[in-house]
Amino acid sequence: MARVSKIMDIDQAMAKIKDGDRIMVGGFGLRGCPFALIEALVRTNKKDLTIISNDLGSPGVGLGKLLSNNQVKALIGSFYNWNPDVAAARNAGKIKVTLLPQGTFAESIRAAGWGIPAYYTLASAGTELGEGKEVREFNGRKYVLEYAIEADVALIKAHKADELGNLVYCKTARNFNPIMAAAAKYTIVQVDEIVPAGALDPEAIVTPHIYVNAIVKGAN
Amino acid sequence: MLNLSKEAAQSRIAKNIANLFNDAKDITFINLGVGIPTQVASYITNENVFVQSENGMLGVGPIAVGDEIHPELINAGRQPVKETPGCSYFDSSTSFGMIRGGHIDATVLGAFEVDRHGNVANWIIPDGKMLGVGGAMDLVVGAKKVIIAMMHTSKGKPKLLKECTLPITGYGEVDVVVTELAMFFFENGRIILKAIAPEVDLDYVRSVTEFDFDVSDDLKIMEP
Repeated sequence: MARVSKIMDIDQAMAKIKDGDRIMVGGFGLRGCPFALIEALVRTNKKDLTIISNDLGSPGVGLGKLLSNNQVKALIGSFYNWNPDVAAARNAGKIKVTLLPQGTFAESIRAAGWGIPAYYTLASAGTELGEGKEVREFNGRKYVLEYAIEADVALIKAHKADELGNLVYCKTARNFNPIMAAAAKYTIVQVDEIVPAGALDPEAIVTPHIYVNAIVKGAN
Repeated sequence: MLNLSKEAAQSRIAKNIANLFNDAKDITFINLGVGIPTQVASYITNENVFVQSENGMLGVGPIAVGDEIHPELINAGRQPVKETPGCSYFDSSTSFGMIRGGHIDATVLGAFEVDRHGNVANWIIPDGKMLGVGGAMDLVVGAKKVIIAMMHTSKGKPKLLKECTLPITGYGEVDVVVTELAMFFFENGRIILKAIAPEVDLDYVRSVTEFDFDVSDDLKIMEP
């Protein structure tokens, strides 16, 4: 039987997204953001989305566009200082924001992909961000319980994919993309280039294709 | 009393922190926060020191300018940086695994306030304008040593306090505070002044510092 192809055009891939979905989006400080997929998500006009991302781009740039287009119900992330629209929308009661220490945010995403429902960490214990979290003492120090963060869809950016969906990244554009690929039920990757299976060095593949459902070619 | 431009004050802080690392005889891994801490890298001359950035890089080089800028290569403060020979890239969970796992020898962070308990407040001013924590809470509990780089006062008011007034980032985690006026070391429940700026005396430092401190018998003069 012929192999099923994961290579799709962008709107075909985005058809998977429904109103109310939890969507992970890769990127840190506008590097490693799947800008073409974000543009396409704006075009779908899907509403009540929970966006799980480190930051929300800048005002009107990258993920910032989803906020201006009123598609966001809630945010889960770590650092919105680069987009003051987030604090304004939260203060106006338009969106709910869950703020996590960046290492906790990363580990909770990793945990979801790795099948670990929860774990303990020192970060935020005793602070305002630790309020309401379950506490347990290990070796005389207080840790907080943090839960895995999973998603319906992950939108990620890699440098190259082979036609199976094995991925390699470019420099600090890697960031949250590989762990998000594993943490979502359906992962769509935007890549600069698609090469034949076997063309990537197996020792250099960062994300094995088991985590990738749709491959979209699109430049940033 | 002290007539020092903001730029001169900041580079003095960075220089004196770099000196702490320039003495290191062993391989040392450091993480540098946004602002003054980033400048520390410019003064490090010790080949044993490697800079980690929480957005997924070990072996961060100097700030990149002009043709050196690569669109996909930044530090955690979103500044374009250069690679160093032997640098590596990894995902964010691996990066924070290094931090949480105790593999980073020191983190240099800015702060709004530090108090006598070694508590640091540096993640939010609750005025509703900003919403972000980034890696600060992970770094203060994960790094072996926490070095605070900050201006001694803000609009004439002390930032070194008896008790922090802003939301705390980490409790009792501070090991060293370096300002343009003084270097304080938190050791075994004591705060020890070990170095002082060339232009000021002890009375002046006390007048702009709210917490009490001891003075080292071997008080040094900071590099200007």
